[in-house]
Amino acid sequence: MLADSAAVLILVGLTAYVVLGGADFGAGFWDLTAGSAERGAPVRAMVKRAMAPVWEANHVWLIFVLVVLWTAFPKAFGSITSTLAIPLFVAALGIVLRGGAFALKGEAATIAEARALGAAFALASVLVPFFLGAAVGAIAAGEVPVGNAAGDELRSWTGTTSIVVGLLAVATGAHVAAVFLGADSRRAGRPELVRAFRARALGSGVVAGVLAIAGLLAVRSDVPDLYDGLTSGAGLACVAVSGAAGLATLALEWRERFEVARYTAATAVGAIVAGWAVAQQPYMLPPELTVRAAAANDSTLVALLVSAALGMAILIPALTWLFRLAVSGRLAYEEQPRP
Amino acid sequence: MIDGVLGGPVDQDYLLQARQMQAMSFAVHIPLVCFGIAFPAMVLYLEGLWLRTGDPLYKALAKRWSKAMLILFAVGVVTGTILSFEMGLLWPEFMATFGDVFGLAFLIEGFSFFMEAIFIAIYVYGWDRLAPKVHFAAGVPMVVAGITGSLMVISVNGWMNHPSGFAIRNDEVVDVRPLEALFNSNLWHELVHMYLAGFIVASFLVAGVYAHGWLRGRRSRQHRVALVVALSVAALATPAQLLVGDWAARTVAERQPLKLAAFEGLQETTKGAPFSLPGGIEIPDLLSLLAFHDPDATVQGLETVPADDRPPTGIVKLSFRLMVGIGTALAALGAWFLWVWWRRRRLPSSPWFHRALIAAGPLALVALIAGWVTTEVGRQPWVVYEVMRTEQAVTGASGIPVGFAALALVYAGLVAVVFVMLRRLGRQPFEVEA
Ligand code: HDD
Ligand code: HEM
Ligand code: HEM
Repeated sequence: MLADSAAVLILVGLTAYVVLGGADFGAGFWDLTAGSAERGAPVRAMVKRAMAPVWEANHVWLIFVLVVLWTAFPKAFGSITSTLAIPLFVAALGIVLRGGAFALKGEAATIAEARALGAAFALASVLVPFFLGAAVGAIAAGEVPVGNAAGDELRSWTGTTSIVVGLLAVATGAHVAAVFLGADSRRAGRPELVRAFRARALGSGVVAGVLAIAGLLAVRSDVPDLYDGLTSGAGLACVAVSGAAGLATLALEWRERFEVARYTAATAVGAIVAGWAVAQQPYMLPPELTVRAAAANDSTLVALLVSAALGMAILIPALTWLFRLAVSGRLAYEEQPRP
Repeated sequence: MIDGVLGGPVDQDYLLQARQMQAMSFAVHIPLVCFGIAFPAMVLYLEGLWLRTGDPLYKALAKRWSKAMLILFAVGVVTGTILSFEMGLLWPEFMATFGDVFGLAFLIEGFSFFMEAIFIAIYVYGWDRLAPKVHFAAGVPMVVAGITGSLMVISVNGWMNHPSGFAIRNDEVVDVRPLEALFNSNLWHELVHMYLAGFIVASFLVAGVYAHGWLRGRRSRQHRVALVVALSVAALATPAQLLVGDWAARTVAERQPLKLAAFEGLQETTKGAPFSLPGGIEIPDLLSLLAFHDPDATVQGLETVPADDRPPTGIVKLSFRLMVGIGTALAALGAWFLWVWWRRRRLPSSPWFHRALIAAGPLALVALIAGWVTTEVGRQPWVVYEVMRTEQAVTGASGIPVGFAALALVYAGLVAVVFVMLRRLGRQPFEVEA
């Protein structure tokens, strides 16, 4: 019971990070593909405006996942970080490059500087979700045994499942970002950007859907147990919800109902995360370590859950206020004071 | 002593590089954190002055500082993320074995990072968009989170130096009492000492920037106000730091006698132990006096334990001297300012004062890092004092040197770019709204 609650807490954090943090990475993807400095300027400005006030808060979800994991499931944490050291380290470096470049971009004085920082930002925005996704894929594929670097450092995260999950993380992030940015552009009264992001949302949605199906097929031959989990019972329900929400998002985008699409897009992505977790029950690190066996002692778990509940009670109102202000455009992104 | 739940010690040829990588990552993060601790309070103080007096200069200065604060916060966030990953990437056995004992601290910390990120964003991006009172109110949680943000990490470090809240039976960690681990007895002196250090480092660095301008003839009212605010903080914090440092030394003497011996490089147990200064001068009984407030007290020597259990003395001794020496010098500088301010109600006019201020910022940074080297290297060879050795904690993964080199490159670039951008921010014209 306690162990499962802690696992759910991780899942909540992971879902928040995949949706909110993922959208920030996706925004970086659209920055990367926006074209030449001149042509891409409006898209890049919109990305900056939408991300600047919220990316740090969104990023903390990753820290949250890490700390709950190492407190509640220390043995799993040590095994994961030692076997998957390469993808995790690359992702961490990518986070430094991306955050640093983004924070400093506003101060760039010349086009060349802005370009160099922009390139670092955009490139890292693709690397980070890919490598984090590949790490998750390795866990799902049962490549992480218990022990200090007991798994294969390279082969563990370069299997088909890992690669597909990595690509899926990039694609879903890009899709959610396009949906969010489309809605933001509408509020900002920028019809040409609304069109641009609508097209991107539709395109990336199709790609993400195709990748999700490809992923399912890859899992079928690669990790049969996981496939069974995803195609029966609660796992199947999650997959169905994800598929339905994904299709709904495409329909809503088509009909330009951008605000509602925010929620369906988030649901589609969240359901994939939930589906993965449900499908590999009762394991934390398949095929051996169960959630129960990985869990910390009861007094730690109780303290963790109580603290988390108290923390959420403060966090959620604060986060709501931030998003309200950000979405309503009341947080200035211009570097200069207004006249 | 304990072996660890992941299967005990592994072969790792690059333990030293892992330690150095950890040290480098801290050396980049901790200075940034000083600004996370001190800047919110300083900026909010200026805004409060503006609200009370209506003088737009205060607002302009607060706004300018808050921009620098945002940049430094963002870099603090990403370097802190590296540290979080490194806990697992470098020390998986340590985390796997003790994560559930001290992990709670990091969870609480996580919430405080959330609050800081949220309210810094609202504060900095909300200038002129929110009603002035609401804006000021949004700054309050930012200041609180700046304080609590360091509370819990330090609790973990305190715990590593004085582990409590668990028992070991049959090579297993049992009977975990997370709250006891959280509020370990090393927490309080480390917290207050680090907290003051944050204010000292941030305020002297800011003062140094304006002192540099002062020497070049930039002496407008904006410069005076900035200097007075920064110097007041510095002058209050430094003398207090000497007292807290004394408290820290006495705690170390009581709980980590070998660390104390390493401060002096004291080999044999000595009654009335001396303290040596650079240049071969030795002041009799001073170490005993510092550590126990008694010139005749006995200090345990390094030779009382096997060579394997002794911390490296050279670097600890040097770091401790650097910290204490710089701390004393900074306190003198603060006193100079206070004296002149008290007698004449103005800043010291001597160019030497301003030259000294320029040096004070970087020196405070050196004291900060030296202090951490004292604490961390002085704890070696243990990662958890007298419970787990650093070599037991380390990862079995290969490639540490490659990771170390890559991170060093990235950090060198990051530090350089941040430096350039902050300089540029400083050169922007200073606009006071009419
Ligand atoms: C601006 C920075 C600064 C200054 C001026 C001083 N210190 Fe310090 N010191 C630190 C910054 C620091 C720190 C923040 O780096 C440490 C590392 C761990 C800690 O709690 O604070 C530290 C640790 C530390 C320790 C080890 C504590 C432990 O291992 O638990 C001792 C004994 C002292 N200090 C003593 C002093 C004395 C006697 C000082 C004055 C003369 C002094 N410090 C000035
Ligand atoms: C939580 C707060 C912590 C703080 C503030 C802290 C601070 C520091 C600092 C500043 C150094 C640099 C020492 C040097 O320059 O040589 C250092 C070194 C080190 N830290 Fe910590 N540390 C903390 C936690 C940890 C943790 C969790 C570990 C993991 C096991 C750790 C293990 C080490 C090791 C092995 C070194 C290298 C020591 C050496 O070079 O001899 N520390 N730490
Ligand atoms: C002397 C020791 C440390 C202190 C006082 C400290 C304090 C802080 C503070 C105040 C921040 C907020 C950012 C800022 O204001 O710049 C921060 C950021 C961060 N720190 Fe540290 N820290 C220390 C060491 C560590 C260690 C050992 C870890 C991890 C193991 C760590 C992980 C983080 C993380 C993850 C962030 C980013 C939070 C975010 O995403 O908003 N820090 N730290």
